[in-house]
Amino acid sequence: MSGIPVLTVLTALPLMGAAIALVAGKHARAVALATTLAGLALALTVWTEIPADGSMGLVERAAWAPSLGIEYHLGVDGLGALMLVLSALVTLMSVDAAHRVHRQPGLYFGLVLVLEAGLFGSFTALNFFHWFLFWELSLIPAFFLIKLWGGARRGPAATQFFVYTMAGSVALLVSFLAVFLSTGSMDFGRLTEWASTGQLEQMVTAHLGSGLMGWPVMLWLSVGVLAGFAVKVPMFPFHTWLPAAYAEAPSPVTMLLTGAMSKMGVYGLLRIAIPLFAHQIAQIRTPLLVLAVATVVMGAWAAAAQKDLKRIFAYSSVNHLGYCLLAIFALAVPAAGAAAAASQAFALNGVILQMFNHGLTAAALFWFVAMIQTRTGGPRGINDFGGLRKPAPVLAGLMGITLFSSLGLPGLNGFVGEFLIFRGVFPLAWVAAAVSVLGLLVTAAVILTVIQKVFSGPAPERWASFPDLHHGERLAMAPVIGLMLLVGLLPQLIVDSVNPTVQNLLAHWRF
Amino acid sequence: MLAWTIYLSFAGALIEALLPKGKAALARWFALAVAVGGLGLAVQGFVAGMGQGRVVLIDLPWVPSMGVHFLLAADGISRVLVLLTGLAAVAGVLFSWNIELRTNEFFAFFLALIGGVFGVFLSFDLFLLFVFYEIAIVPKYFLIAIWGSTRREYAAMKLALYSFVGSAMVLIGLLAAYATSGSHSTGLVELAHAGLPVSFQMWCFPLVFTGFAILAGMWPFHTWAPTGHVAAPTAASMLLAGVVMKLGAYGCLRVGISLFPHGLDPWGFSFIGIGSWRDVFALLAVVGIVYGALVALAQTDFKFVIGYSSVSHMGFVLLGLMTLNQIGMTGAVLQMFSHGVIAGLLFAIVGRIVYDRTHTRQLAELETMHLSKRLPFAAWAFVIAGMASMGLPGFSGFVAELQVLVGAWIARPWWALVAGVGIVVGVAYTWRALQKAFFSDIQPSPHLHENSPALAAITWPEITGVVLLGGASLAVGLYPRILLDTIEPAVKALLAGGGQ
Repeated sequence: MSGIPVLTVLTALPLMGAAIALVAGKHARAVALATTLAGLALALTVWTEIPADGSMGLVERAAWAPSLGIEYHLGVDGLGALMLVLSALVTLMSVDAAHRVHRQPGLYFGLVLVLEAGLFGSFTALNFFHWFLFWELSLIPAFFLIKLWGGARRGPAATQFFVYTMAGSVALLVSFLAVFLSTGSMDFGRLTEWASTGQLEQMVTAHLGSGLMGWPVMLWLSVGVLAGFAVKVPMFPFHTWLPAAYAEAPSPVTMLLTGAMSKMGVYGLLRIAIPLFAHQIAQIRTPLLVLAVATVVMGAWAAAAQKDLKRIFAYSSVNHLGYCLLAIFALAVPAAGAAAAASQAFALNGVILQMFNHGLTAAALFWFVAMIQTRTGGPRGINDFGGLRKPAPVLAGLMGITLFSSLGLPGLNGFVGEFLIFRGVFPLAWVAAAVSVLGLLVTAAVILTVIQKVFSGPAPERWASFPDLHHGERLAMAPVIGLMLLVGLLPQLIVDSVNPTVQNLLAHWRF
Repeated sequence: MLAWTIYLSFAGALIEALLPKGKAALARWFALAVAVGGLGLAVQGFVAGMGQGRVVLIDLPWVPSMGVHFLLAADGISRVLVLLTGLAAVAGVLFSWNIELRTNEFFAFFLALIGGVFGVFLSFDLFLLFVFYEIAIVPKYFLIAIWGSTRREYAAMKLALYSFVGSAMVLIGLLAAYATSGSHSTGLVELAHAGLPVSFQMWCFPLVFTGFAILAGMWPFHTWAPTGHVAAPTAASMLLAGVVMKLGAYGCLRVGISLFPHGLDPWGFSFIGIGSWRDVFALLAVVGIVYGALVALAQTDFKFVIGYSSVSHMGFVLLGLMTLNQIGMTGAVLQMFSHGVIAGLLFAIVGRIVYDRTHTRQLAELETMHLSKRLPFAAWAFVIAGMASMGLPGFSGFVAELQVLVGAWIARPWWALVAGVGIVVGVAYTWRALQKAFFSDIQPSPHLHENSPALAAITWPEITGVVLLGGASLAVGLYPRILLDTIEPAVKALLAGGGQ
């Protein structure tokens, strides 16, 4: 692979696909399928090429706008490569699921592919400008996909999504500009080095003064950066845009939003917020942990209160990503010794696994919702159904597996990440972990309720001949379910490649 | 070769005026040929000038008794702005393709205006620069008064009056400088080295700077701009916002700052934190940024939104100039290019693509038309232009405004903070206009689609123009070094010594 700028090719590929899809009319989905398949193949190639020591591989560097500290600097480690695979996979699933787009298919699939490029770009960028470009690039197509193809109340949902994310982006940009003004650099690697030696704080303090309204400037900056990511993940109380956006977006788009885009937020925490502001995050870890626990518990409770399948899964996504936040902020709790280091490694491995697993499972869940809605012609409330197991056993079985994966049943992928997270967090912040267990319980209750209300009980008259999954759908779901089992049974497939990166990241973070 | 852009445009204007009436197609194609020729020369000059400093193109004695020379030269700043003018000229012709009224005269005025603008950007003799500057005002007046729309006579007259007042201030300042210097030359370089007394610069600088800044749309002298932009025919508003406002900003830089650098020195006392003309003009610039954005947010007329957005974006140019540091001034010049391209594109979409089909610019009426479905090309072109105007990364506006903000931060952090508010409001008004004009949620009345006549199809000149301008903004945004490598040395030279 040497000599070929693989990461550039990977990012450019969906953009070219988008250009073709735009003019391909009703063949746009075929173009999108081919593009995303090629993207997945390339992402898997990248996954096999990452360095074994957890450092950045496949690095590409070129001067871009030196006077502004802007450099074309790409690279991936285990974290980035796993996110590339996940993005490619989820986009492929989303395109596969979107077989009923009759209105302007060229534009629809064009936007989906631009969104994929945004994901690829932001997961490979090692310079703030480049990263921010793709971060924003993914926002625009997401907005229009909701706005133009969404449900009845799509307008307000799309606007709310855009305004929240944009406000987060502005906070992020302002904070990062302050860092750039103080250091003259936008390079993640260099800034991480400076942060780990304490130089970053010195430079910022020297340039911007020591405090603002009673707080150190660095603390303000860390809050700004955190706000940007907190909206994207989302973290309570910045999550209010999410249920409307997830529910109103067409299901294939929701797959992208929750499966891949929400990971941009967690990834940003790991790649930018923690490396640069670890010390500041450690100072405010208690409120952050409280918010993370609130995200976990409130997400689960809110899911329990919903009647609409999409809203249930939307809130349950908030809950699942809350575990990632919990583990990340638990890393900031001071701890010394080999046991603590092992716990931190567990927690961080858990975060990265959870990102992948949640992406896969949540995308599959929304895919099932899309399949159900194809059959019902609209209704998707849990009280609209009952006894679907009889007319549609395969749907019930496969969706049941996915639901159990979401619940965190051992043997399925969802379990491994959450187990590692709790294994890591308990020794570090046991109160937070203990309260979060409540989230696990409520989630279990929610998922079981869904299974019961939709698949068991007496079947209403009108669903007596509910069509089961046809061959195409079974064929499409099989690899997804297979992957859930595979990761559940052999998590080392991912952990072995991610763990060196975890060690490498932890070694550079000075809380 | 760059000097030929001027000759070519004026020759083209003369021939247009002599073309037989009623042959609109001929007039159009001829104008396009001249504009493309000008752009070709501009590109050739830009490429040939890479890595070079100031190059004299032609130097002939003109009025020897006064030391006036016909002196054309180009440095990096000139080359970038000439390139912008070439782009705007081609796009302007493309978006004027549907002009049927006195077509050849329209293009005659259009090309004369372009010629004058090329002339200003390439003049290194004060007298010559002033002549070209005045030449540019006349065709502007006629373009609006004859081919304009809403309250065109009023707008044309207002624009002309503001321009003349500004010119008069400039002229007084320049004559005073010429007399005071005692030099027998009106060359910019000679005057900059003439060692004008500091006390003289102190009063002459604000006079000349304000005179030019009026045309750059500096608050509170900006009021000609929105009315002028709205009344002007599409091509003229494109040129007005795209290049004519740049004439003012260019004059501020090339004449104001480089001739009277000490005019920016501190007064020696300060009043509510303002201690120099630099503080005064920077304050006006940031007020303009925020005020223009807020007013744009409140407009009901689509074109007024864009008109006020120009006031806001031009505020960044003036703010960049007042930073007096390398990065801020580079940003100012880049912003001149960026805004020229983006504003041209926005006015083209609003004036030509939308208004000429819907015959309304009221956002409330456009809301009911569902243009994203009926004119998808316009909607998506505006999405691109709007993203560029908001300053999203990947477009020229981001790099330019970022540099200005960085420069302002280095100079006075609060300038950057207030200007940052303007950017946020900029996102809001662009988004509001986009939503209302193209993507509204109002349910169409059931009769709408039967009753509303089909909108005319998008034509090739419109597509070409959008691709040209959008592509330019994207190219600069993705690879800013195309322009930065040319601008930076010129700004450095200008900052370093004697103005030039």
